[in-house]
Amino acid sequence: MWLSNSSIGRKVVMSVTGLALILFLTFHMAMNLVAIFSADAYNMICEFLGANWYALVATAGLGALVVIHIIYAFWLTMQNRAARGSERYAVSAKPKGVEWASQNMLVLGIIVLLGLALHLFNFWAKMQLPEVLHMLGMHVDTANVTNGVYHIQNTFSCPVYSILYLVWLAALWFHLTHGFWSALHTLGWNNKIWFERWRMIGNIYSTIVVLGFAVVVLYYWLCGGSCC
Amino acid sequence: MDKNISFTLKVWRQRGPKEKGHFQTIPVKDMPGDTSFLEMLDIVNEELINKGEEPIVFDHDCREGICGMCSLYINGHPHGPATGATTCQIYIRRFNDGDVVTVEPWRSAGFPVIRDLMVDRGAYDKIMQAGGYVSVNTGGIPDANAIPIPKPVADEAMDAAACIGCGACVAACKNGSAMLFVSAKVSQLALLPQGKVEAARRAKAMLAKMDELGFGNCTNTRACEAECPKCISISNIARLNREFISAKLKD
Repeated sequence: MWLSNSSIGRKVVMSVTGLALILFLTFHMAMNLVAIFSADAYNMICEFLGANWYALVATAGLGALVVIHIIYAFWLTMQNRAARGSERYAVSAKPKGVEWASQNMLVLGIIVLLGLALHLFNFWAKMQLPEVLHMLGMHVDTANVTNGVYHIQNTFSCPVYSILYLVWLAALWFHLTHGFWSALHTLGWNNKIWFERWRMIGNIYSTIVVLGFAVVVLYYWLCGGSCC
Repeated sequence: MDKNISFTLKVWRQRGPKEKGHFQTIPVKDMPGDTSFLEMLDIVNEELINKGEEPIVFDHDCREGICGMCSLYINGHPHGPATGATTCQIYIRRFNDGDVVTVEPWRSAGFPVIRDLMVDRGAYDKIMQAGGYVSVNTGGIPDANAIPIPKPVADEAMDAAACIGCGACVAACKNGSAMLFVSAKVSQLALLPQGKVEAARRAKAMLAKMDELGFGNCTNTRACEAECPKCISISNIARLNREFISAKLKD
């Protein structure tokens, strides 16, 4: 299978899963913004995306994307380290034009993954998970499973969480600024003219996505979701 | 007249592929600024021979920047600090009095060290043998205007063909990937009508050989493009990706 036994095939898998995750982030960000305008509307979305069959199928698909992206990331990194050989340069300089993010995607990805673990603990473990457990017949408290705003307020009233989330978003921004154009480049959708265009589009897009997330964190941290 | 420069040469010495290497420090006194980097190594070697020591082994041939034989990782850059120039085109005037100049071989699993600064770049020849050619009976030469080729396409093919196969892209790459080389060689043929016919087969064969020889997976860091002495663009890598993916989708 060329998607696993050729270098371009492996990168195509990274690109396609990466782009799909960017699409997911866009929807997630758009839904989060609702929490600023209307708490009721946001809770309606939470109900809609609770433990319904379509939301569960989508969650499983999303989980698969994340897992594939991560497995391939470690696999590619291991191969690349081997390809570099055992001896390292005594002196190395960063050539100009090389983005810092592009050479640190794995580290940034690990930070994003740690943030994701925190995020699942803060929200998913209190919303979709208890609902699923309840459906399976276990005794869990399901009073607040669709009250998303309650969990947002709970989490971001704690400054430690808010700062951790902002650090997480910063790492995500760096990861996306390289990932966006790099994915399109790997899929072959690039040339000398489009190179700068994709980079610019990628930078603007990742900035919009990350700012959208950050605004919700700041709004609920600094004014507890009540100032307007 | 360039002034003379004195500096410390820190050079990698390794007696054989399996031996453990180390750095040797050699003080260089009053080297004229208009000496080329390779001439400087020649002078140092002459002194080493006169002292009864082993000279430093390094690759070189044309010394005018077109053969792709010289290598050397100087102060953290393949082919030294200049852009768009090979090691043989670097002059001592680029360095300052009292500098420490560190010279290392290309370090990559695909290019094992033979001795000192000389590495085995036979892997590139194997990649070329896998498909870097046009396999048609050429016959007589057709008129130049018999096959019209747009000027921008011809230019792009020529730019890709400027690759001298020196291996600086692999040396610069943190992933030890040979994608810039392979993509330039695929592009120079795939862009032109004569080469387009076999473009799919060529892309698959050359990439498979590159993977087989243990080069890494490209992550688009662009270090290769920045360090390439012939300024080969990574847009060639996008073209190789395109050729390869469409070839695989057709299979």
